[in-house]
Order: sequence, then structure tokens, then C-alpha cells
Amino acid sequence: MTNVWDAFSRTDDSLYGPLPDPAANAGFAPDHPKRVGFFTDTSVCIGCKACEVACKEWNLVPDDGTDASDLYRLTGMSYDNTGDLGASTWRHVAFIEDVRPHGTATTAHGGEVTTGHIPAGLPALGGGALPKARDAATAPPGPGGNGEGTVDLLSLLPESGAHGQQTPDDERDVRWLMASDVCKHCTHAGCLDNCPTGALFRTEFGTVVVQDDICNGCGYCVPSCPYGVIDVRGSDGGAHKCTLCYDRLGSGLEPACAKACPTNSIQFGDLDELQAAADARLAELHGRGVEEARLYGRDEDDGVGGDGAFFLLLDEPEVYGLPPDPIVTTRDLPEMWRNAALTAVGLGVAAVAAFWKGGRR
Amino acid sequence: MAEAHPVGFQWVMEAKARGAKVIHVDPRFTRTSAVADLHVPFRAGGDIAFLGGLINYVLANELDFREYVQTFTNAADLVGEDFVDTEDMAGLFSGYDPETGRYDPISWQLEDQFEAPAAGQRDHWEAGLREHHAAQTSDTGGGSGQGAATTDNPARDETLQHPRCVYQVLKRHYARYTPEAVSQVCGMDPEQFLEVARAITENSGRDRTTAWVYSVGWTHHSVGAQYIRAASILQTLLGNMGRPGGGILALRGHASIQGSTDIPTLYDLLPGYIPMPNAHLHEDLQSFLDADAAKTGFWGNMDAYLISLLKAWWGDAATAENDWAFDNLPRLTGNHGTYGIVRDQIDRKSFGYFLVGENPAIGHANGKMQRLGLANLEWLVVRDMQMIESATFWKDGPEIETGELRTSDIGTEVFFLPCANHTEKSGTFTNTQRLLQWRREAVHPPGDARSELHFYYHLGRKIREKLAGSTDERDRPILDLTWDYPTFGIHSEPDPEAVLGEINGYDAEGRPLSTYTQLKADGSTTAGCWIYTGVYADGINQADRRKPGSEQDWVAAEWGWAWPANRRTLYNRASADAEGKPWSERKAYVWWDDESGRWTGHDVPDFEATKEPGYKPQPGARAQDALAGTDAFIMQADGKAWLYAPAGLADGPLPTHYEPVESPVANLLHDQQDNPAREDIDRAWNRLNPARSEVYPYVFLTYRLTEHHTAGGMSRTLPYLSELQPEFFCEVSPALARERGLEHMGWATLVSARTAIEARVLVTERMKPLRIGDQTVHQIGLPYHWGANGVSTGDPANDLLGVVMDPNVHIQESKVATCDIQPGRRPRGPALLEFVEQYRRKAGVEPGGIH
Repeated sequence: MTNVWDAFSRTDDSLYGPLPDPAANAGFAPDHPKRVGFFTDTSVCIGCKACEVACKEWNLVPDDGTDASDLYRLTGMSYDNTGDLGASTWRHVAFIEDVRPHGTATTAHGGEVTTGHIPAGLPALGGGALPKARDAATAPPGPGGNGEGTVDLLSLLPESGAHGQQTPDDERDVRWLMASDVCKHCTHAGCLDNCPTGALFRTEFGTVVVQDDICNGCGYCVPSCPYGVIDVRGSDGGAHKCTLCYDRLGSGLEPACAKACPTNSIQFGDLDELQAAADARLAELHGRGVEEARLYGRDEDDGVGGDGAFFLLLDEPEVYGLPPDPIVTTRDLPEMWRNAALTAVGLGVAAVAAFWKGGRR
Repeated sequence: MAEAHPVGFQWVMEAKARGAKVIHVDPRFTRTSAVADLHVPFRAGGDIAFLGGLINYVLANELDFREYVQTFTNAADLVGEDFVDTEDMAGLFSGYDPETGRYDPISWQLEDQFEAPAAGQRDHWEAGLREHHAAQTSDTGGGSGQGAATTDNPARDETLQHPRCVYQVLKRHYARYTPEAVSQVCGMDPEQFLEVARAITENSGRDRTTAWVYSVGWTHHSVGAQYIRAASILQTLLGNMGRPGGGILALRGHASIQGSTDIPTLYDLLPGYIPMPNAHLHEDLQSFLDADAAKTGFWGNMDAYLISLLKAWWGDAATAENDWAFDNLPRLTGNHGTYGIVRDQIDRKSFGYFLVGENPAIGHANGKMQRLGLANLEWLVVRDMQMIESATFWKDGPEIETGELRTSDIGTEVFFLPCANHTEKSGTFTNTQRLLQWRREAVHPPGDARSELHFYYHLGRKIREKLAGSTDERDRPILDLTWDYPTFGIHSEPDPEAVLGEINGYDAEGRPLSTYTQLKADGSTTAGCWIYTGVYADGINQADRRKPGSEQDWVAAEWGWAWPANRRTLYNRASADAEGKPWSERKAYVWWDDESGRWTGHDVPDFEATKEPGYKPQPGARAQDALAGTDAFIMQADGKAWLYAPAGLADGPLPTHYEPVESPVANLLHDQQDNPAREDIDRAWNRLNPARSEVYPYVFLTYRLTEHHTAGGMSRTLPYLSELQPEFFCEVSPALARERGLEHMGWATLVSARTAIEARVLVTERMKPLRIGDQTVHQIGLPYHWGANGVSTGDPANDLLGVVMDPNVHIQESKVATCDIQPGRRPRGPALLEFVEQYRRKAGVEPGGIH
């Protein structure tokens, strides 16, 4: 657990920058287990959603229908009907239908090289820009097809001359990206650092977990997460997110999602080994000409000190609804404390000086 | 495959990681397409044109694996002079009778040979042919036994040049399936077609093999059996059968559908693919065998397999004197396939029905037909985990809403019996690889739920108790059954291993047999399913073996048990050349070892272990002794892979492209529009859309989603699965959406000559309009999981389908049909009937109804 005084008194790496051993930093003895995590290789994800179901089964997470609105409704975002990560969705599979002019698309790790960008003006159907029909405030579509919550996709489709990339139907290629998202278990976890009750804690495995019985539902963690992962559940008022199956880890089991993944898209293990495997996979894909492959959350110099759960993506992070440059919200905390302290000292000196002056009068 | 078989698909991904090229040929861009190296979109129903095009590409460029073809196939056999191909008869083969809509296959025979098929139309085929043969040959005497045998010296041309040899017949038949023609028919990019053609030919031969994987996208057609035949021809020409990494692999619809054909729930088969006898006057066991069994090849032992089966079922009551109780077997009187039975239910000819893990009101084609069948029964037993639509049709079915049926008029007495699921009972699953894997009960079934084994055993026990003491001859088959399985536990659950032992079979001393070659025709052995003999060898449950792959070689012969004889690849003699040497080091699998004088290799050889490659049969030899040392396809009467099938099929010896019955386009390859031998059901509740109809202009195809299970009983009832695909939807292209004014996430009404249904609209670039000739063809995707019950509800897609069937296997054409689509929700109540009738009138279709 981060000691604010330490952070204030000396510029260490508790809140920002590379941190080789977050568990030790949190006070665990040197013989604590190695840091574990997920490497999610989206290039082999087939979008089966077994991870979502296995996660809910093991962790007794309520289904979205009963939690949000007691309705089962399509979102219209391709085959993604759980929307995004939240209090009741700890694994979420995104489906992105990516449309390009003929000849520029490639399959997940096929041979053709592409630029990896969605042409301007063409919608990525699952890109996360469409409103969620599942939102409790949004009524289900009524008869006739014009109800609220529906999206006129046709109006988004390229009309002749309206967009620079206009091509006939059979001259546009489609690429379908699938990616299973999860809590990143950041090296510097904003949710944890901002939790006033101590409900969120760093485990001996280097992961970040909420303790249901301590969380008071204040919600400070929610805006603290640079990825928008953690959320407060309406039905019980508590904050919830992926625990990386903390209870399974303690019994020597891998997390439920990784266990259920049929194509090994979700890999669980010691973080250093996963990083080595990811680097090798990236090199292999680049060797095959899949230039758009990239790792996300692998870099310990990024804004969160690197992620415990990181990804291999086949496009820019924004395409998957991921922030391109996440920065832990506590990055500037030492600076803020220092400034506040300096200000306080300065004010104090000024006040003393004022009284001192006054006293001499 | 990624959509419907995600767990099996891990191996495709594994192969891909090792460098295999994955090509996905599918009308839709699915989750499989997303990770394939190449997605080839085309028009549903164009597969024979596509496969025929590949066959033509192979033959025209002489890319066939010639040595393999000459060694293992019937390419050199001469086709009889009476045969007339579709090329010369406007798309029909010789022997067609327009009166009956059926073929007489006599003219398809090979010269001087009378081939008995190893599967398919056996007895049906035999009667006329036997007479034909008897008239032509002098040595048949009074017996008809030779009618199904091959002659010793068939007419062949080993150079494959004779104009009537199979190779040349094949070449002519497929000559018109050019890349350009295929592209026209399928709406496929010719370049893409050639890319596939190059990929499969470059990856076949001595050093490489190519595999084809299909599921019901190939079988649910009015020419479904011929789809598989087309793939068989291609794979045989390329030398991809009986070899590692080759084959044609059927993905089945459930965990043990393979098991339920091996020990069949099919009406026309007995266990182990022995045909069910037809109703002939005075037919005894010998005349049945004469009519249905080949005399050469391993089917020459059908007497041993069948008598062992009769002994397993009737024990001491089956004796030589009573023809081994052969008369206890039921007889077929026609098409008793599922659609034939339902037709009979509506016609009040069939009164009782067991539905076991089946929800036909949702899962079968023409839901109205299914529900009408259910409503005309006297009794219905539904064994399921959930209260499915087939159990509640009488109170909330669509026909109640429209007023076509009234609950008070339905006399069907419905018995709903909760059943155990797969984790709540022990037994085997047989997967598509013929691999039997034992699983153990993990938890007890809840409440009154019981296993199927429990249900059928105790049902039989109670019936036998009620019949005890009966002297009525018709009760003998039930009273004489061996029905004495040990039971355990408070619910008297029968011991599933005892059943496995019965399936395996025993010798006269009661010792478990270890292989099917031990079976005898003298009544001294038993076997409940001859191909499974060996699964209980030494009294050990071989299906329960769990040696991890990491602790054995790559064939992994000690994981579970594969039929027959634990062979992992069938016909694997073909993995070695004529001399018994592997085709290449890389593809070495099974080979002849001169030193030991035996076949050996990585797998169990699918050949007699000591029959040397140079073996030549003696004249008059029978069964396997009549097959040479190069006759790898040991179940065939001639030991050859059949490029040309002279018998066994009801609709032609060679696959030919026919349009689906409901097609938006003309057949561009032949004058004959659709399968002339298909089976129809011409009733008011089964009206068909006319071909090339402007009223029903769009193609639709039905399929599954990963998130749901078949008719939905096991997924629409579960919140965790329902939330993943919460509503019934249709997938349309942006162009079709524009054409019909459909809005993404809005409602659409789809209408056919059967009914109209409504679905939410997903507009997606994954659906592409196709250009067929000068026409644009739109395809609509419909997942078929929904019904009225459960937490996620919607209209059943299968209600839109009519029933028209393949004549070989009586399977419905549910993977392609036509409809119209309009924005908005469908009419309710009686207005729905009027709405659909208006469409029928406009299309010139006869009125619909429920009678």
C-alpha cells in the first residue's frame, strides 16, 4: 500500500513509472509469489465468449439483464451484447467490423500487409460509438423499428460521393476483429491508490482486488481507472471488477476465463514469462508480414507502469475502444502534494510573518 | 466451425499456428472467416458447382495423384454401355422415370460388374438388379447370392484412356464446370476460385495432404448426399483419403451424434450400419443377406455381424432353428424418417411420439408441420431439462395465436419427464473422429430427473412385467429380449458398463471379445454393435483411457478408443503405395514390414495384418479374401474408392449441380433446374415458393450462433447465455437494407409460402450481395435458436422453411430457401394467415391450411 508520506517526502516509483515488484512495494515479504497476469492474444480470438460465461459462473457475477434493466436486448454493436467492462462484466469480448476498400483488408494474421487504419467516413460497427440499448434509461425499441435505442446505421453508411472512400458493396472488404478485454491489473492502479477504505488492495500475486465486505460504494475508484474498468453495481452498491480469480490462484488454479478459452487467446502465467511469449508472438507475426500487430500494456514506461493484463492487438487501441495513452490518475499526486505543502508552508510563513510583524507593532 | 464448434476449432488454430493454410468457404462471413487465411463467399446451394469446378481443375490440368488413383480407385473400370450422362440428357442421368420421379440405377452399372454398395440404397437397389443380372449370367443358379458380388475379372483400362472408363467419364461430366462457369453459378470471384484450386492441389500429393471439414451446411440440401460425394471424388483424386492430415470430416450437431448413427436412432439402420430389413413377403435371414450384403469385402461378413447382434438382443431365444430370431426385427414399409413420421401423424396414421432431447417445434424445418403433427397425437413423451416449446405447443404455440388450433380441440396427452444432463450420468460420447470417450457422473441429477438409460431400462422392465405370461406371438420379441442389466443406487440406475460390455460382445464362454474379426455366424458370439467390438476388450473399459497426449506419440492411441479396432484413420492402407511403402517420409503412417511380414506403423493398420501388398485373390474367393493386397477400401465390394458410384445412390452416380428447390436463379449448368429425384410433401401446410419467384426474391439461410444451443432449450433458458445473444435477428447487407428500407436494429418481417416471422435487423458488411449471371442475389442470415419459451424469446426461423428432401437420406433442404423481407413487425393473430395467403396468391401458390 502506498504510503502518502513516502510519496510526498521522496520521489519514488510508488505512484508512477517502472516498478519491478508491486507486491513488494505494497509490503509483501520478499518470498511472495511471482507477479502473474494475462496475455490476451487477440489474433487467435474467435469471439466465442466462453471467457465471459466462465468468469460469471465462477465469480457469481449477475447477468446484465437482471442487473441493468431485466430486459434482454441487442446492442446493435455487431455480436457484442454486453457492451463494455463494468461491475457485472469482468471479461468483455469486443466485436469490431472493420470495412475497407477491396484489397486492403487482411484476416487476423493472414499474409497481406495493410495500413491498419479504418478509412475515414466508414463506420466501425462495434467501435463503441453507438449508444447502449441496454442502458436502463433507454427504452427497448417499439413496434415499427423506430423506437429509441435504435441506430440508423444506413445513415452512417457511405453514400455516393458523401465520403472519399466510397466503393460498391462487393468492392469493400470486411475484417472482423475480436478481443477479450479485462481489468489491466496496473502496476500503478489508480483505483487502489484512490480507495479511501482499503477495500482495494494489492495481492501477493501483484494483482488488484476489491474486498466486497469492506467496500462502502463511495465510487472514488470509478473515475480513477484510466481504462474505465471498475464500476459500482446498482443492485448491491459495491464496486466490482476482475479479481484475476484471486480465490483460484490461492489454490493453484488458473483463472476461469483462461481455463475456458479454447484457442489459448487468453494466456495466464507469470508475467515475465507472458511478456517473453508475447514478444516472440509479435516477432512471429511481424515476420509473416502482419505489420499492424502490436502489444498493448506491455511497456513498463507507459502511463500506468505497464499492465498485469496486456494484449496483442491487430490495430490501433482506439479501434478496440481502448485508450491509446492511459495515465494513472495519481501520476501527479506527489507533485500536487509537494505544491500543496509548499503552498501551506508558504502560507504559514506568511501568516507567521504577518503576526510576527503585527506582534512587534 | 469457430461458430458452432469452438472447442474443436482450437485444433484448426493449432494447425494454423504450425503453418497450415485455413480456407473458409461460406456464404457468410462468420467468426471462422475472421481468423481464416482466406474467406471465399459464395451463394448458398452452389457447392456442387464449386466442388465440381475443383474436380474439373484437377482433371483438366492432370493434377490428380495418378499413382494413388490407379492403385486405390475405380478410375480404370469401364462404365456399361447403357449409361447416359447428364451431358447428353439435359441434366438427367439414364434410368429416370418422370412418372415416379425416381431413378432405376441398372444402366449405371460398370461393365461386367455388379457392385453392391457398402452403404445407402441397398435393398431398394437390389431387386431389379438381381433380376437383370440373373438374366444376363448363367452361373447364378437358383440363388441370388452372386447378384451382389463383383466378378473376378472386371473390364478395366489401366491407362485410363478408354472413353468409357470412369476417369474419362468423370472428365467429361465435369468439363463444363470451368472456373468461369463456377464463378457465374456461385457468384464467386474467379481469381479467388483459382486461389483455392491452387492451394488444395499444391497441398496434396506424396508429401502433403489437405482435409475438408463440413457440417450441416453441406447436408441440409435436396442434393446433400451428393455434396459429400463430390468432396469424396475430389479427395480421392488428390490422394487425401486414408492418410494423415487428409479426409473429409463431418462436424456433428451434438456431442455424440456420431454415436447415435453408429448405434442408430435412424429408422433404416441397425447398429454398425447394417441395413434394417424391408417388408418383403417370406424374407428369411439368408435372402435378406443376399439382397443387402456384398459378398466381397468386409461386408461379406454381415452374417456374422447380424447374427451376433441378434444373439446379443435375444440370447438363448435366438437359435439356428428360428433363423436367429430374425423375424423379431421390425420391418420397414416406407420412409419412416422424421418428416415421413410427422406427415403420418398429421394424417392420423401414427399416434405416439417420444421426444428425447429434441425440440422439433423450433429445431426442425417447417415448424407448423411439426406442431400439427404433435397436435394430432394420442400421446407424447417429452424428455428434456426444460419446458420446451414442443411440450407446450398446445397452449402457446403460434397456431393457437392465429386461431388455426384451439387448445380444447387438441387431444394429445403430453408426459413431460425431466432428464439428466451429460454431467449427471455416465456413458460414452463418440465424436466425429469415431473416438469413444467415457465420462463419469459428476453430480446426481436433481429431483425426478433420470438418465436415458434409467428411463428406457425401467420402461422396458415395466412393459415386460405387464406382458408377462402373454402367449400372443407379437409379444415374443419383447419378452425374449435379454433385459437383465445390474442396477445400483437408490434409483436402481442400470450399470452403463454392463451395456458397454453387451455392445462389445462376448464369446461362447462369456469372455469379452477383443475385435470384430472374432465374430462368427454360428451363434457362438454376441455383439451389440460389431464396429464397437474391442471397446471392452479384456473386460476393461477402453473408452475410459486417459493417457495424456504428452505421454504418448502423436497418434495418441491410448486416449479413449476409436472404432473399429482403435484405428484412428480409416482405410489407412492407402497411406502406403502399391508395394506397401509410405508415399513419403513426411506422411508415413502405416506400411508393410517385409521382415516381420506384417503391416505396421503409427496407427493400427486398417487392413488384414499379414495380407501382403502383392496378394491376389483366388477366383471365387469371398469376403476379405476376395480383396487384393492393394484394395485399401476394405468395406467396398471391390476394395476401391468409388469415383463413380454405380450403385447406392438414389439420384445419380455422379454429383451434378442442381439448384436448390427454392432458388432465385436458373440452373446455369444444366437444363434440369433442381434434383429430379428429390422427395416432396405436397400438402397445404407445406407449400413451396416457386423457383425464380419475384414475390419471394431473396435467399435466406439458417444457422447457429456460438452463444446458443440448437433449438434453445439449453441456452435461451439461461441468463448467462441469453444476455450474449438476447434477441432473434436477421443479418442483411447494407445494399439489401437500402433496397427494402430496413433499419439497423429495427424490425423486419420475413415471409415465405409457409408463414411470416419477425426479427430485429442487423445491417452488416459481412453479408455481401452476389452477382449471378446478370442478377444480383441477396442472402439473408437467420440464426434458428428462438421460440416462445425461456428468458430470451423470438420467432422460430425454421417456421419459414418448407420441407423438401434429399432422396438418399430424407434430410430437409434447410440451408437455403427463399423469402421476402419488409420493414416492420408481422401481423398478429388471424391477420397473419391472411397476410401470408396474400403472398401465396401473388406468387401463384395454392392456398395454405392445416389439413
